Amino acid sequence: MTINRRRFLKTTAGTILAAPALMNGALASNHGPIKFVSILDQSGGLDIYGKPMVDATKMAIDEMNEAGGLLGRKIDLKVYDPQSSIQFYTQFATQATAGDRADVVHAGITSASREAIRPTFSRYNTLYFYNVLYEGGVCDINNFCTGSTPAQTVEKLVPYTMNKWGKKVYIVAADYNYGQITAQWVQKYVRDNGGDPVETEFFPLDVTNFGPTIKKIQSSGADMVMSALVGGAHISFYRQYAAAGMNKSVPVASTTFGVGNEHKLISAEEGDGMICAYSYFEEIDSPANKDFVARFKARMGADAPALNELAARSYEGAYLWAEAVKAAGTTDRMPVIEALRSGLGIDGPSGRVEIEPKTNHALQNVYLAELKDQSFNIIETYESQPPSDTLLVCDLVADPNQSVFKFENGLKAAGIDI
Amino acid sequence: MDLLFSLALQILYGIANLALISLGLAIVFGMMRVINLAHGEFLMLGGYTVVVATNNGVNLWFAMLILAPLVVGLIGLIVERCLIQWLYGRMIDTLLATWGLSLLFIGIITSIFGASTSTVISPPLGTVTIGEYTSSGYELFLIFVVIVLLALVYLTLKFTSLGLVARATMQNSDMSACLGISTSKIYMVTFSLGAAVSGLAGGLLVPITGVLPNIGVIYIAKAFITVISGGSAILAGTTSASVLLGGVNGIMSYITGPTFGEVALLFAAIILLRLMPTGITGRFFRKSQ
Repeated sequence: MTINRRRFLKTTAGTILAAPALMNGALASNHGPIKFVSILDQSGGLDIYGKPMVDATKMAIDEMNEAGGLLGRKIDLKVYDPQSSIQFYTQFATQATAGDRADVVHAGITSASREAIRPTFSRYNTLYFYNVLYEGGVCDINNFCTGSTPAQTVEKLVPYTMNKWGKKVYIVAADYNYGQITAQWVQKYVRDNGGDPVETEFFPLDVTNFGPTIKKIQSSGADMVMSALVGGAHISFYRQYAAAGMNKSVPVASTTFGVGNEHKLISAEEGDGMICAYSYFEEIDSPANKDFVARFKARMGADAPALNELAARSYEGAYLWAEAVKAAGTTDRMPVIEALRSGLGIDGPSGRVEIEPKTNHALQNVYLAELKDQSFNIIETYESQPPSDTLLVCDLVADPNQSVFKFENGLKAAGIDI
Repeated sequence: MDLLFSLALQILYGIANLALISLGLAIVFGMMRVINLAHGEFLMLGGYTVVVATNNGVNLWFAMLILAPLVVGLIGLIVERCLIQWLYGRMIDTLLATWGLSLLFIGIITSIFGASTSTVISPPLGTVTIGEYTSSGYELFLIFVVIVLLALVYLTLKFTSLGLVARATMQNSDMSACLGISTSKIYMVTFSLGAAVSGLAGGLLVPITGVLPNIGVIYIAKAFITVISGGSAILAGTTSASVLLGGVNGIMSYITGPTFGEVALLFAAIILLRLMPTGITGRFFRKSQ
């Protein structure tokens, strides 16, 4: 290629014109507003979870901005709605990292969506928070999973309900990785406590007719049902179960009921007596929580949804990240990750939440509660519970260069007896 | 024995459920050849009619049995006059137009009521005890309603002048027009009736499944599969396809679980359409309605 005058001028002019844009890109992470991206389903079958999460995230960011932002910079919140479709998740994840150059992304509701986008954030070095209760097993230096895991909740729920109701447990669960793996945890804890998991059934997310299963539960002689059903369509299980008069004779405990505010969607007679365990309930009796609930209701007005673990943890997740940014003095990814993993914690509405550095999961309080008249009465409180399920398989302190989902092929493949 | 009986009842309910969600579509698509992709949304609108009515203190039975079909029938009338009447005989255009309509309905309902609606309507009628098994009384009531509904549609088509004229119009509209029948009016009435039946079905399902703006998506595929498998005679077709597919689904769900229950339903439909491309009534009961 010969360089003539015209070509020389063209290239030089091009470079000079493009220079500000390049510089802008390089410096984006230290000037201007901090970019906080949230990808959560606000429509489609998963909206019952996503909408309160988005409301709580917005509240957290607004509070931070009212208090002067972080490091003297405003926080710019961008919310994407993937419409309960995995395809949109991957699309928005790429947009958030490559397009928006987000400083942090809080995203994902189902475990299927988390696994679809987690590798993207890992590859593009974008800090990622997943604030949803899930089956455990993510071992990723770049990903902080702040929600509760089965060793924190199911391990308490199973012995309590078996003592109360009986040893034969019938398991119904959603048919994707969360339901499949959680069902294995339930089986394990039922056996550990000397019980018998008589049958396990999985349901695609759009099933609405549970009649044949309800008949099977009747004929199985089960003492109780453990439900890990997910999404709007599955709420009909609880209705049909009550309509067949079963909720009086074979009670239901659940690892998911209530985090989509299902207890407000079915009537008191249909729901009364159900027992659940989460790291947050709106009914927690502490000044911090009462204040949080009051602020949320004042902000949302008459349309305020009920608060649950997913919403409260989205709020706390944002604050955990903000605390780490303050500690690190920058929004750069590695210093923030190091700050988070230094045993950093906050006092949120659910109580103390601390990051556990071996797993990037959270040490958190767990509450056991019984449903009565569409609200949960807290029966037991367990403080500062470790994510001992994920601790079995993950040690990021020994080997930080990991980005895997250890329970991808079930618990047996991860070396855990069920 | 008790188990067998209560299981049979459960399967019967599965069949009735399938017939219920398909009957409105059988009239609109099976009879009028209008591919109505907004059928699921007609069911959904019936559901919301019941929710809104009962929230305002209307009696549940009145809301389900009278208001839901009335309101959705009226919506059907408006839809037919504004949209469908220009599209008869243009299958692909109808498909696109009704798909758009379905998205529009979902959008409107979502923006009015939010994406998840509290439907605190418990199934009425309590429980029925069979030996040591209990069944929902409301499910038995639905089986009864479906039988009555099928009988009503049969009697209307067979023994009323409206039924006669409608059948004539669907078979040969030009000839009917020559005989002085206003075919445009007949199309309008038939479409509205189909919508009304869908509304009734949607209303009746509320206590069992609740209602969400996009709940129609769950029904639409099953409704189309049932109607297409049934073939051209809408009553005999819908009934026989419901019995076959609902029965297969119910039995397989009981034996293996719901995932294979759904698979078995689809598998049965594929085999059926491979062997009888024009549906069950394309091969059998040819002279039926």
